[in-house]
Amino acid sequence: MRAATGKALRNPGKRQRMEVTPEGIALPVTVAARSARFAALAIDFMIFIVAWIVIQLGFSAMGAGASADGGELSEQAMTAARFLAIVKALVLFLLGNGYFLVFELGPRGATPGKRLLGIRVAARQGGWLTAEMVIARNLIRDIELFLPMVMFMVAGLSRDNWTTGWLAFGWFMIFALLPFFNRDGLRAGDMIAGTWVVEAPRVQLAPAMSLTEAATAGTSKATGTTYRFGERELAVYGEYELQTLEKVLREGRQEAMATVQEAICRKIGWDPGKGDERAFLEAYYTQLRARLEAQMRLGVRKSDKWAGGS
Amino acid sequence: MALEGIRIAGLFGGRKAEATDAAIAAAALRSDRFRQEREADWLRLDMIVKRMEAGRIGSLSDEDLLALPVLYRTVASSLAVARETSLDAATLAYLESLVQRAYYLVYGPRLGFFGWLRRFLGGGWGAAVRGMWFDLLIALVLMIAGFIGGWLLVSGDVEWYRSIVPAQFTDTRVPGASAQVLRETLFGNANAPDKASLATYLFRNNAGVAIMAFALGFAFGVPTLLLLIHNMAVIGAMVWLFDGQGLGLDFIAWLSIHGTTELLAILLAGAAGLHVGRSMAFPGNRPVLAATAEAGRRASLVMVGVVLMLVVAALLEGFARQLVDNTPARLTIGGTMLALWLAYLFAWRGPALRETAP
Repeated sequence: MRAATGKALRNPGKRQRMEVTPEGIALPVTVAARSARFAALAIDFMIFIVAWIVIQLGFSAMGAGASADGGELSEQAMTAARFLAIVKALVLFLLGNGYFLVFELGPRGATPGKRLLGIRVAARQGGWLTAEMVIARNLIRDIELFLPMVMFMVAGLSRDNWTTGWLAFGWFMIFALLPFFNRDGLRAGDMIAGTWVVEAPRVQLAPAMSLTEAATAGTSKATGTTYRFGERELAVYGEYELQTLEKVLREGRQEAMATVQEAICRKIGWDPGKGDERAFLEAYYTQLRARLEAQMRLGVRKSDKWAGGS
Repeated sequence: MALEGIRIAGLFGGRKAEATDAAIAAAALRSDRFRQEREADWLRLDMIVKRMEAGRIGSLSDEDLLALPVLYRTVASSLAVARETSLDAATLAYLESLVQRAYYLVYGPRLGFFGWLRRFLGGGWGAAVRGMWFDLLIALVLMIAGFIGGWLLVSGDVEWYRSIVPAQFTDTRVPGASAQVLRETLFGNANAPDKASLATYLFRNNAGVAIMAFALGFAFGVPTLLLLIHNMAVIGAMVWLFDGQGLGLDFIAWLSIHGTTELLAILLAGAAGLHVGRSMAFPGNRPVLAATAEAGRRASLVMVGVVLMLVVAALLEGFARQLVDNTPARLTIGGTMLALWLAYLFAWRGPALRETAP
């Protein structure tokens, strides 16, 4: 018997976790796929690089203005240049960290890269996502990502520093592969902060299924036939097939509906006939669902066509 | 029972009913009628959540904002009932995603970035630092030991100097340099290239040491211990060198303008790393991940403060160093900065703090 309805058709079984809200509702959350997280990081990184280039250009334009008088730089010019260098380092540092901080502390808990991939940061033990958690996980990212990158760039430029280059690479790989060695895909930053990254689906409300005439009365407007299915015909299928049928009906593709109608008719021993497949399927769906829900209220559930029970 | 429902609904026969009651009754299935009754609430919560996620919270009316927690609980209870009575997969998926989104908003971060910053500077940082007093003690002992160790090693055998002190520092500051040469590096032309580069290099080195000391706390704190000891050994060796020519106090004064701030930052960073490492190695009664998470949050608060201190040290290094050219003034500045930091972190309790989360 499946644990709860609505999950029959969803795929990521291994990544599913249950989070219990303080109201006592068990919400299923799906831990984000590692590939999605990597893609989100890549997007954020590209945004960061663009901003970095812009800032570098801006500062060197200011710096170029300062030394435009040529020749020996005066004391004031050197002081100004050093001040600018400090400010620039500061701005870059704040940019790198502040970008993640401001977005992950916002209402959506996701940077633009994460938003595009449909994932967000959440607290792992099901509590409040506090600012300290977000700061912790971003500080550790400095060490996982930016530090070896800088080391690599510095070392990679000179041939006799290749040990440093390999060291940086090794350091980076250890931290990059850490999410693959634990079940919830936690980075080092997630472990230290007590957070995890979950999928944040935004589902639209689909219309109710049993509102059409074929559903309510069982008749088809096109062909004029009335479909009434008895116990024998409705007893063959379970919840899984019902929800597959719902998916087919919601998608509304003609060939799929024709195929499914033929399959059902074969199973229950009816002659398919040409005509209004949609009406047939809606009538069957509504009557099957009414039957299964009635039994569900009595505590009898039939998860799919192989399961026993009435 | 199911067929009766269909026949009754057939009397109304409509799918385009205008009135709500007709629309509700038009649904053939009981679970769909349940849904039609509650759909308005769900859509209202959806609208509120969507606007809050887009950051347009100002466009919500007061009634909508006050209704958010109530609607959240209403929809959550709808979800609980729907799970038991409905087989409509799309509606269940919708309800689950809506409840999840509302959950993150109702139980999300309470303060924005600037609210948090105000609390941090207003006593949160000091509280975090005081919370790791034992690791501070360990780090302090290690740093003193490193300093003494560097001094003793070099005074015992001068060859140790080249092993301990990195090459970038040793251009003219080598054993055997005369007092005149050493004095020149401390006083006089503040913009001489080698002097500027030493100070800048020292700053960058110390900033890197601070961050590495925290980061390597993740490896059970062992590399942090080594980093702290080594860093202070370098300073101990250089002080020995200058002291040999009678310039020990002048060298300490030269360092201390920004050095007190920087060394205090390294102390805090090392303590933060040790805090994380110790809780990973000795979690007590808690699970390892939970202990690490708690220690990590406190340590990262301290690290934000460390970064601020390094920024202050950089500014001091950039400006105060060349404006002040004699030993007593330098010692005064260094000592005052140290006293201010210690008072702010340890003596001041700040306004009464409420935790950011219950």
